[in-house]
Amino acid sequence: MDQDACQPTPGAPCPSGENNGRREFLGAAVAAVATALTGCGTLSKEEFLQHNFRELSKEEVLTVIERLEKEYKEKFGREVKVANTPPMPGVMFGYALDLSRCIGCRRCVHACVKENNQSRDPEIQWIRVLEMDKEEGVDLQHAEQYYNPAEVPREGHFYMPVQCQQCKKPPCVKVCPVGATWREKDGIVVVDYNWCIGCRYCMAACPYGARHFNWGDPHLPSKDVNPDTHYLGNRPRPKGVVEKCTFCVQRTRKGRYTACVEVCPTGSRKFGNLLDKESEIRYVLENKRVFKFKEDLNTQPNFFYFYGV
Amino acid sequence: MTRLLRLSVLPGLAACLLALAGTAVSAEEHKKPAAVTEISKDMVQVPKPPFTEGIFPCSMCHDPKAMPPNTKRRVLKDMHTEISLHHGPDSRWCLDCHDAYNRDNLHLANGKLVSFNTSYQLCGQCHGDKLRDWRVGVHGKRTGSWNGEKQYLLCVHCHNPHSPHFKPLKPMPPPTRPEAIQIKNGGAK
Repeated sequence: MDQDACQPTPGAPCPSGENNGRREFLGAAVAAVATALTGCGTLSKEEFLQHNFRELSKEEVLTVIERLEKEYKEKFGREVKVANTPPMPGVMFGYALDLSRCIGCRRCVHACVKENNQSRDPEIQWIRVLEMDKEEGVDLQHAEQYYNPAEVPREGHFYMPVQCQQCKKPPCVKVCPVGATWREKDGIVVVDYNWCIGCRYCMAACPYGARHFNWGDPHLPSKDVNPDTHYLGNRPRPKGVVEKCTFCVQRTRKGRYTACVEVCPTGSRKFGNLLDKESEIRYVLENKRVFKFKEDLNTQPNFFYFYGV
Repeated sequence: MTRLLRLSVLPGLAACLLALAGTAVSAEEHKKPAAVTEISKDMVQVPKPPFTEGIFPCSMCHDPKAMPPNTKRRVLKDMHTEISLHHGPDSRWCLDCHDAYNRDNLHLANGKLVSFNTSYQLCGQCHGDKLRDWRVGVHGKRTGSWNGEKQYLLCVHCHNPHSPHFKPLKPMPPPTRPEAIQIKNGGAK
């Protein structure tokens, strides 16, 4: 390509006299346009020209990851690993939450923030715990997310944490005008933060309030950075993109439990492979009373609520 | 129904067995370090029981020669006064679970000795449904790998055996209300 870029044609000698002149000129021009379009000078030429993650070749992915790791190192002053672990074959992730045990202590909410590099100020939280009336049952008219008593559980209440339900028919994916979000083979709905244009259609479409927008530059102090990241998961996000729970893709694709499962003091959270007959999640689905949240919307979640007692 | 029956039978049974305990239980059995023989192979061992520091082995103080066991059902006045038993019927007391003659062990209702490391066997006598769920990983917390080695916890890591109801916790801070988010330099900081 480089030689072609400056092939002298009769009557039109290479203007710069160097063999990469036009290429450099185009690059600079594109960068200038990018700067003008985005209104900020932070977007590099490579980033501006980067394609949708699903269209990248293996080599291109590696180049992108290398660039990101360099950027993060400059920004945070420490090594941040960006993984690209693909889905495991024969795995469909499922999650079950025991409503009879959750006490609403919000340990999961904060463990998630720590694990997934969310903005700290204002703090973005992927899990929202709803305090509900036992008398009313699961009824969003009687749900409170800002509860803050001295001790939980409060008399007469139960607690229902809500996060991304990893739907089989995700409305958020359906509405994305640019294809920046999709469902992976293991059932995780992911976002390509470099392809997201920040239109927030997905947030409007999601019936669970599971998507969150970076209105400002995510404020993530470097001491708080979790350096074990995944491209489609918890790598530090730029301003103006949408983010969501990914079942801790950086952990679960390596076989580990999610952060929220591991921190829950009551053991309310169960996670595993829906295709594995021996898994905990299958035991729950086959032996406990299970329901899906807003089942009538036909989003077909892979996230289940159950009563363990 | 069976559970209720068992509950009521247990103290009586235990009392009978206590009389026999010295002879009935084979000495070898409790000497073996109780590895996790009960759980199936793919389950990993349970961490050490959460003893109060310096309290185990019990036989440090409960030396059968220096202090012959008093099997009379009573409220303890001299030692262990910090323990108030809120677990099951009023008639239950220490030696229904702790063994009078093998102090570093517990015993089942049938007198079989159980090490503190496998105390779930003891709990499972009454709470069979919980034990079943615990074995398959549905009751209680699991850490480690969803497709490999998992770390289990003993019942007593989460439930104080003398007062097993899960204690209330202080909740971590709630989310910030949108109206409370400070706007700085033309955008949220």
